[in-house]
Amino acid sequence: MAAGSTVAPPRAGKRFATVLQPTAMVYLALVLLLVAGSVLVGIQGGVLLDQGGILNILTRSTALGLVAIGQTMVILTGKLDLSVAYLIGLCSLIGAETMAGDPNMILPAVLLTLACAAAIGLVNGLVITKLKVNAFIATLGMALIIRGYLESVYTGPAGDVPRAFQHLGYDRIGPVPVSALLMLALAAAAWWYLTRTKGGYHVYAVGGDEEVARFSGIRTDRTIIKVHVLCAVAAGLAGLFLASRLGSGAPWVGVDAGYDLESIAAVVLGGTLLAGGRGGVAGTIGGVLILATLDTIFDDLGVTPFFKDVVRGAVLIIAVALYARRRGLHR
Amino acid sequence: MSEPTTAAPESRPSRRIKLADGTGPVLAVLAVLLIALAFVGPAYSEPSGYLALLKRAAPLMILAIGQYFVIVSGGFDLSVGSLVTAEVVIAARLLDGDEAATLWVIPLLLCTGALVGLVNGLITTRLLVPSFIVTLGMLLVLDGAVFLWTGGSPRGALSEAFRVVGREGFEVPLLGQLPWSVLVLAALVVAAVVFMRRGTGRMLVAIGDNETSVRLGGGRVERLRTLAFVLSGVSAAIAAILLGGFAGVSAQVGDGLEFRVITAVVLGGVVLGGGRGSVVAAMAGALTLEALFSLLNLLGVAGGLESAVQGVIIIAAVAYAAAGRFSFRTRRST
Repeated sequence: MAAGSTVAPPRAGKRFATVLQPTAMVYLALVLLLVAGSVLVGIQGGVLLDQGGILNILTRSTALGLVAIGQTMVILTGKLDLSVAYLIGLCSLIGAETMAGDPNMILPAVLLTLACAAAIGLVNGLVITKLKVNAFIATLGMALIIRGYLESVYTGPAGDVPRAFQHLGYDRIGPVPVSALLMLALAAAAWWYLTRTKGGYHVYAVGGDEEVARFSGIRTDRTIIKVHVLCAVAAGLAGLFLASRLGSGAPWVGVDAGYDLESIAAVVLGGTLLAGGRGGVAGTIGGVLILATLDTIFDDLGVTPFFKDVVRGAVLIIAVALYARRRGLHR
Repeated sequence: MSEPTTAAPESRPSRRIKLADGTGPVLAVLAVLLIALAFVGPAYSEPSGYLALLKRAAPLMILAIGQYFVIVSGGFDLSVGSLVTAEVVIAARLLDGDEAATLWVIPLLLCTGALVGLVNGLITTRLLVPSFIVTLGMLLVLDGAVFLWTGGSPRGALSEAFRVVGREGFEVPLLGQLPWSVLVLAALVVAAVVFMRRGTGRMLVAIGDNETSVRLGGGRVERLRTLAFVLSGVSAAIAAILLGGFAGVSAQVGDGLEFRVITAVVLGGVVLGGGRGSVVAAMAGALTLEALFSLLNLLGVAGGLESAVQGVIIIAAVAYAAAGRFSFRTRRST
């Protein structure tokens, strides 16, 4: 089977590839899902894409989208970040505790939170590049360290988010939440960075082959550290968003939602290669929207939450199997 | 327990590293921890204390054997934690306290584990999906499917006969009570060491080191990598039987085990990406982790710090191993 498709006529393969880029496939799948979902929900007498439905899908997408944008950059360099889930909880706490209900403290709190997140990303990046620890282990270790801190210091929600900051989580323009727009703006910025700047090209180069990138004169260490810092900051933003939704900081808000593995799933679902070097933010946002739409459809249909997990797992495996087939196998 | 690796056959001196990378340090750390336990805990002044430690560590060590096969051949198995939970829940549901059913439920559990491993392996090798994703998907599917089947919470009960292996032991002169789980563990250790010294085991390591050369050399890469996943699934089933017996039915029994066992294997000097490390060292890593937790417990360290210490140790262990090697390979597996 493997040999069969590698020796397939290049013309046919190329045509197929140009017709259906992974990103296009993701959005095609999203449209199909929305249509199928609308029909299914319609049969039960509901409407999937009414104002509430759109709001629901976009709200669900916001936090995961923020994390997944950062995760995309890390995965593009061929690394992983497993520490984001605990980092989200930590950042929600730092933000909420610094604000402590005082509207004047919003800006300092946001800056402090993002600075802390960046510091943790920096440590991740340094451990990976300077101590030469595998990214999986380095970020897993960081996750355990943050978890230990959260477990020993916090017993439950803490801090207080002022009403002014809660607007960030709840305000909307028509059916579109402001926070979702901010998330999409960040995605656009990340897309611009990855596809239009030198730094972005370096990210792809490092993911494609780290040795070759190094020999080409790219400072691979800097690139890797940079993406880990950006990923941690994105997780910090997700933490702040969740704090504004909840009204306080919650230590386990990121872990309970499984944002570490979930964000990796969204990125991979969006057509980014787990080994790095290929993919992009646009696909990731598609992946995030697919996951959120699936959730919303299942909620509307009243399916048990356990079935959701089964479908999610199956969708993930099938999607990646399709990408692998289409890529003509094994890079 | 470490003798099998150190006593390599003299006939082929440098064919394979006698003491695989990282084996030395983990054994040294383990020895220090075991001695420290004797000073700190009065229970460790006699063999029974250490046997109890082994009994606690047995499930993790068995999982480490399975995970070692997968990691050394260049993959990941993230599904073991949820597989353990699934197996325990399935056992409770099928047994429902019926002693007579034990005889067919245990083989059924082993088959389920093998089947899950087979599916993981086939999707990884035939559909070319990275094993990280396959087993992540499998984790989600198992988590959902089991509770879909039982309606949200574990039902039924384990039979007494089922729980004997994880809980009971038999009297041995001098040592006191020897737990069955330690006996099971010993049998599996011997089996794993023998397996790794024969052609199939060596081929598995070779695949993790350089898949292409094994394929060009005529090795059946797909079949062997699938075998590694099957073995990992079976090890999860055995660990589930021990854990179910030891701790009873719970929906959280396997929570976080996948990362803990990967920690253990990496602590044993096995390199993620494959091709380096020994199975005995992987098990020593698991035992070291459990010994460390016991020590922290005895020293009265708060629960929260336990995971922080685990985090620091895992990073330090890999950094140490990387510093010792000239070119550390961070290859990603498929």
